[in-house]
Amino acid sequence: MNTFKNQNLRRYLWPCIGLLALLVINAIIAPEFFQIEFKDGRFYGSLIDVLNRAAPVALLAIGMSLVIATAGVDLSVGSIMAIAGAVSAYYITKGVDNLALIIGAGLIAGLIAGIANGFLVGYMSIQPIVATLILMVAGRGIAQLINEGQIVTFDHPGFAFLGTGSFLGLPFPVVLVIITFAIVQLLTRRTALGLYIEAVGANPSASHYMGLNAKAIKMSVYCVAALCAALAGMIAAADIRGSDANNAGLWLELDAILAVVIGGASLMGGRFSIFLAIIGALIIQTLTVTIILSGIPPKFNLLIKASAIILVLLLQSPLFQKQLAQLKFRKSSPTNNTSVNGNNKETKNA
Amino acid sequence: MKGLFKTLTLAAAIGISATVNAITVGFAQVGSESGWRTSFSESVKAEAEKRGITLKFSDAQQKQENQIKAVRSFIAQRVDAILIAPVVETGWQPVLMEAKRARIPVVILDRNVSVTDHSLYLTRIAPDFEVEGQRAATWLTEKTQGKCSILELQGTVGSSAALGRMKGFNETIAKFPETKIVRSQTAEFTRAKGKEVLETMLKAEGGGKGICAIWAHNDEMALGAIQAVKEAGLKPGKDILIVSVDAVDDALKAIVAGEINVSVELSPHLGGPAFDVINEYRGGKKEFDKWIRMGGAVYTADNAAAELTKRGAK
Repeated sequence: MNTFKNQNLRRYLWPCIGLLALLVINAIIAPEFFQIEFKDGRFYGSLIDVLNRAAPVALLAIGMSLVIATAGVDLSVGSIMAIAGAVSAYYITKGVDNLALIIGAGLIAGLIAGIANGFLVGYMSIQPIVATLILMVAGRGIAQLINEGQIVTFDHPGFAFLGTGSFLGLPFPVVLVIITFAIVQLLTRRTALGLYIEAVGANPSASHYMGLNAKAIKMSVYCVAALCAALAGMIAAADIRGSDANNAGLWLELDAILAVVIGGASLMGGRFSIFLAIIGALIIQTLTVTIILSGIPPKFNLLIKASAIILVLLLQSPLFQKQLAQLKFRKSSPTNNTSVNGNNKETKNA
Repeated sequence: MKGLFKTLTLAAAIGISATVNAITVGFAQVGSESGWRTSFSESVKAEAEKRGITLKFSDAQQKQENQIKAVRSFIAQRVDAILIAPVVETGWQPVLMEAKRARIPVVILDRNVSVTDHSLYLTRIAPDFEVEGQRAATWLTEKTQGKCSILELQGTVGSSAALGRMKGFNETIAKFPETKIVRSQTAEFTRAKGKEVLETMLKAEGGGKGICAIWAHNDEMALGAIQAVKEAGLKPGKDILIVSVDAVDDALKAIVAGEINVSVELSPHLGGPAFDVINEYRGGKKEFDKWIRMGGAVYTADNAAAELTKRGAK
């Protein structure tokens, strides 16, 4: 029991250390990074920006953690963002003024996409990467079709609030992430649903014999992922007061998967932590801000991002940690090698 | 039946030769992937109609094989000239040779073609990204008397538009030691990135104190930047000057609203000069510059409103 707790703590430790390290680097590069002012009824500062800009990826990551926990993956979330943004923009430009209707239309568009994914993966047993690839490609096309190939701009203060408003001094996208996090966390951890999701991912046949309806569970996680994506898409559209079908959410599915992986989840499924996935999203966004603040020429952006992420992932890898520990151990007392190896074997067997 | 067909063609031929200027031109366009591309197509069509030229228009849906097919069909139809707006640079040699053998002159619009034999086409008519950068910089240095700290939003790293505009701008401001770019980062030509990147830059520069201008490689990024400037509690266009390229409709509206100061037009009106070249060729001129540069007009508060009404009228 004690070791279990210990392991759990370690799981949370490394991503948080990674985030802290990045924040410290930022503070060194730009001392004003941690400055937060209260201006026009809202907090204002780089740290708040990181939270605000990480919101879309954090939302995607919430949905993606559930999907990945069932040993699936959803490549279509970026395209669903574009669709939801385009649908809401379409209704606004058609003169619909009712905010609930506009947001509802976006969410329904997302839900339809989620049902399509869930049907293909859950009921048709098509491999998730293939099934969602279909919508990843086609979805952007659908969004472009809705927008008729143009960037549709609109002026709707109520809808724009989704992206640029503030609530209790926090940017509204951040508030939406907190609400979504709370809902999904309650649903998965205060009911058996979380356990079911993990069971389907960890051992499909065992969970089948236990009487779990794997198809319905898969359908539900893809729907949740798509709804999160639709919300993220509307935030992105509201932020720029326009729907850009070509670029909205482009490649964000990869950032979302990365956030989940940085959060320590295995792509083989079986366990998830929504909180850690959000930390992962924050790490990615902090990194982006670090690069902008550092003033390094843009051509190095991707390289720096990749190196930093490799580092975070390595630090989390149990094998790497063990080898690191071994190295230290060897240096201090080279004669004790055998006992270390013995230990290794034991843990492997366990 | 055959006889009737022959008479008809003969009659048609006589009809054509009767009016000197009534030529047929084939136009192989890339597609309609952006607003700029659409206005480019519209401009060529309008120009052809104005001059009484019969235009055969082909939309290749961003595929080169469709473009090549279109050019072959133009050759088979024995058009008087062919305009190509290539989707990619390579792979044009064979079909251009077919056109040359059929003695049909070819004019390249916008993007370049890479061929070993440059006699395969008359000329290329394309915007000059460097000139756009220069014009933007010239406007800014005149406005600020050469004293300015600039935040730069670059286009997609490595794209020819970003490289060209950067080069032209930097060369021009190099003459003014007190005009310098303090921060530069890519925002990938998109509105969302423009806003996000600028937001961070402004905070890194103490909320924009001491920044006199933002130089964006396209209007989309500038439009995103405006929102970031507003949210930082500053007035775009007044507290911080906004300099941009493209002059799309949204940008002109922002100029009228006083939020963008200047936008250099990336001219989509390549049709007029192309038909001029074809006319000169038919008039006997055989040698042309291989690149006719289209430097865009500069739009500021003085002329943006007029241009908008002109575009609305079209």
